[in-house]
Amino acid sequence: MKPEYAGQESVYQDHLKLDFSGATPSGPSLPLDRRQFLQLLGGGIIVCFTVPDSLDAQEGERRRGMGQQLPQDFNAFLKIGGDGRVSGFTGKVEYGQGITTSMAQILAEELDVPLDSVDMVMGDTDLCPWDMGTFGTMSTRIFGPALRGAAAEARAVLIELAAEQWQVPKERLKTKAGAVYEEAGQKRISYAELAKGQKILRHVKGVAPKPQPKDTIIGKNVLRRDATAKVTGQAKYAADIKVPGLLHARIMRPPVHGAKLIHADTSGARAIEGVQIIEEGDLIAVLHPLPDMAERALAKIQAQFDRPAPTVDDKTIFDHLLKVAPQGQTVAQGGNLDEGRKAARHVLDRTYLNSYVSHAPIETHSALAKIEGNKLTLWASTQTPFALKEAAASLLGFPAQNVRVITPFIGGAFGGKSNNQQAMEAVKLAKLAGKPVQVVWTRAEEFFYDTFRPAAVVKIQAGESEAGLVTFWDYGVYWAGERGAPQFYNIPNHRTVSYGSGWGSTPGSHPFATGPWRAPGNNTNTFARESHIDMLAAAVGMDPVEFRLKNLTDARMLRVLQAAAEKFDWSPAKAPSMRGFGVACGTDAGTYVAHMAEVAVDKDTGNIVVKRVVCAQEMGLCVNPEGARLQLEGGITMGLGYALSEEVRFNGGEILHSNFDTYTIPHFSWLPQIETVILDAKDSPFQGGGEPPIICMGGVIANAVFDATGARLLQLPMTPERIKEALFKRES
Amino acid sequence: MKKTVEFTLNGKPVSMELDSSRMLLWVLRYDLGLTGTKYGCGEGLCGACTVIVDGKAERACVLEMQAVAGKTVTTIEGLARNGGLHPLQKAFVEHDALQCGYCTPGMIMNAYGLLLEKPHPSRSEIIGHMDGNLCRCGAHQRIVQAIETAAKQAGGGIR
Repeated sequence: MKPEYAGQESVYQDHLKLDFSGATPSGPSLPLDRRQFLQLLGGGIIVCFTVPDSLDAQEGERRRGMGQQLPQDFNAFLKIGGDGRVSGFTGKVEYGQGITTSMAQILAEELDVPLDSVDMVMGDTDLCPWDMGTFGTMSTRIFGPALRGAAAEARAVLIELAAEQWQVPKERLKTKAGAVYEEAGQKRISYAELAKGQKILRHVKGVAPKPQPKDTIIGKNVLRRDATAKVTGQAKYAADIKVPGLLHARIMRPPVHGAKLIHADTSGARAIEGVQIIEEGDLIAVLHPLPDMAERALAKIQAQFDRPAPTVDDKTIFDHLLKVAPQGQTVAQGGNLDEGRKAARHVLDRTYLNSYVSHAPIETHSALAKIEGNKLTLWASTQTPFALKEAAASLLGFPAQNVRVITPFIGGAFGGKSNNQQAMEAVKLAKLAGKPVQVVWTRAEEFFYDTFRPAAVVKIQAGESEAGLVTFWDYGVYWAGERGAPQFYNIPNHRTVSYGSGWGSTPGSHPFATGPWRAPGNNTNTFARESHIDMLAAAVGMDPVEFRLKNLTDARMLRVLQAAAEKFDWSPAKAPSMRGFGVACGTDAGTYVAHMAEVAVDKDTGNIVVKRVVCAQEMGLCVNPEGARLQLEGGITMGLGYALSEEVRFNGGEILHSNFDTYTIPHFSWLPQIETVILDAKDSPFQGGGEPPIICMGGVIANAVFDATGARLLQLPMTPERIKEALFKRES
Repeated sequence: MKKTVEFTLNGKPVSMELDSSRMLLWVLRYDLGLTGTKYGCGEGLCGACTVIVDGKAERACVLEMQAVAGKTVTTIEGLARNGGLHPLQKAFVEHDALQCGYCTPGMIMNAYGLLLEKPHPSRSEIIGHMDGNLCRCGAHQRIVQAIETAAKQAGGGIR
């Protein structure tokens, strides 16, 4: 079997035992010497490369949280084997975003080989060098150029080899379809022949890639390469892995966050045949060869907890967050706010609220830990296999090179699978039990331990002239984070201040863990900004698209807005026009998006039906337009949830949802007609694809609801109750 | 209490000694090694564990083994025939009707249940039948298209 998909057993596994444990920021990158490294890889042409540390400021927060820098030497490599096959090795992982396909396209393009001769080996800490993790829509925009550069280097090596062999100047040689040929036409040699018996190890020096506009594989629609494994049920996720002697764990959980165990009686559980009980401090777990029997045994444990008195709930949280907010950090400013205030004819002051939401991937957190002597093998649904490796090694007191993390397919992540709690539980239990242990969280555990998207508050004061030019913009965001906060309109006097980080453990802020959630911060910031802009347009009686065009000079934004308007067939009208049309735009991960939506609002029930959504996205050079469209549709559909229904209800540390019956994510019956436009930008660098299309969903629906009813929603999600309340407020 | 439960699984007879109040999902995944049927919620709320029992789509996570006795069960592993993909599987591949793929087996099996009952469903019938199957990545639009394509191609002869 080819090592085509992350998570499949790779052909390299048996003979390739690389130890990249040294490739962490503190140590040497290649613990083996050059000869050993080449030997283990089976020879060929190997090009090592480093993903440049060009993460933009938006990622700063996340990077600080990781506490790690990229390694100095290299953190990915590609190989051209003696069989002519091309393999890319990277610690990045596949959780649906389609990078097993798009990365192979990048390699095939630059190397001039057919796509089906490229394999991606991903997320295995024994086979791949250190990687920070897969998040932030960075795989294509940050990793992509480095991958392409390495392929360019490899192609140069192949040309040099052929030039030497034929004793001709390399300038006369070209590559095509996996072979080097002489332009004059007579000589041709395949990569397989060139790479056979070679032991060449190069580090990227900076060979320029081919000119982008001539791309034939990049920019082509390619179907997902992992689809066949997934439609047949053969694709393995962490819960599908089995090893001999495996025990399934169910862990006793506190009823609320912050509760302390007083007493537990495990005698009932012990009566179940085949059960092994682990009790160590506060950790009480039931192990059994069958997960459902472990579950039954767990139900028989009687435990008493001391529950802390709740201090906040989902209604009081916003006041609480404002009260405990730290000093703000100015993330953008220009001009003079006082001047802007003086020039304004209308001033609009509003506060926007956004709730905690859950990642709710359909695959719950899963892991399997197997300890043999002083070695640990760990299969886990994780976005950060290398961070997990370090943490697991430190928990067991093993040297890092004795820990291997294998990342099978991941059943959705969205930022929620970076903490590795379930994997660390599996490691601890495997050690205590002396047997391999699998931990698969129940849906209730998933809702309880999720690192929710933080609830947040945005306060905006802005003013405009009689002619509808925004004269000042004073923006404060509390606890969402700065991503997407700076405005991009042509506003002469502006200030953007961020209070409190998007997530993290500031004591006393959130009553439970919070974390990054698809386009962290940006959903909240874009909802607030685009709602406010819409209100400014309405205040001067202007069409919301015209108002935006009038206040924009950014060419990329103008382009996506015009493309969306064209696709939607937007005709100007002052809102509320009763048509139910809305518009919102934003930037994320270097990409520009504009959304338009049509909604119908049932004024008696408060129900919103989203009938149609158009999204135009300019994401730089798009590797796989079909894969990108899939991401756009996914962002739009997933975004309906945080816009309309998703909100974590809680009372202090008690999470009031344990399953999908009360926490409602988008269903088929919500599905609008979705139309997407990906703008051509073949001369531009790669930008982000997967997160940007979700950021406008709150704003575009809120603006469409206003257009349909004249009622303005200042809080997400826009539940029927809140719609009715807003309608009532408008009428009275 | 252990009992003998006999049923047909993907065309083959199976006889098992087990506590017949156990749910089919766990028996499929851990006693029989068929991991294509997924756990998502354990309460019949997400559809990731959908299988076909006597021609109807059922949630394996809430189906006790005693309810399966004497019946015919088909899982995602039993859908491909003669080494080729089933028309529904093929349509899912051709429409890119998946992302992370975790809900995919349940989606396909639930759609299969629909086509067995109603070979020419309307778009709204497809949406109505699929509504209880959850997809977090947002592949819904393509899943509906894939089911429409498979129904059309099978021309009423889905099996």
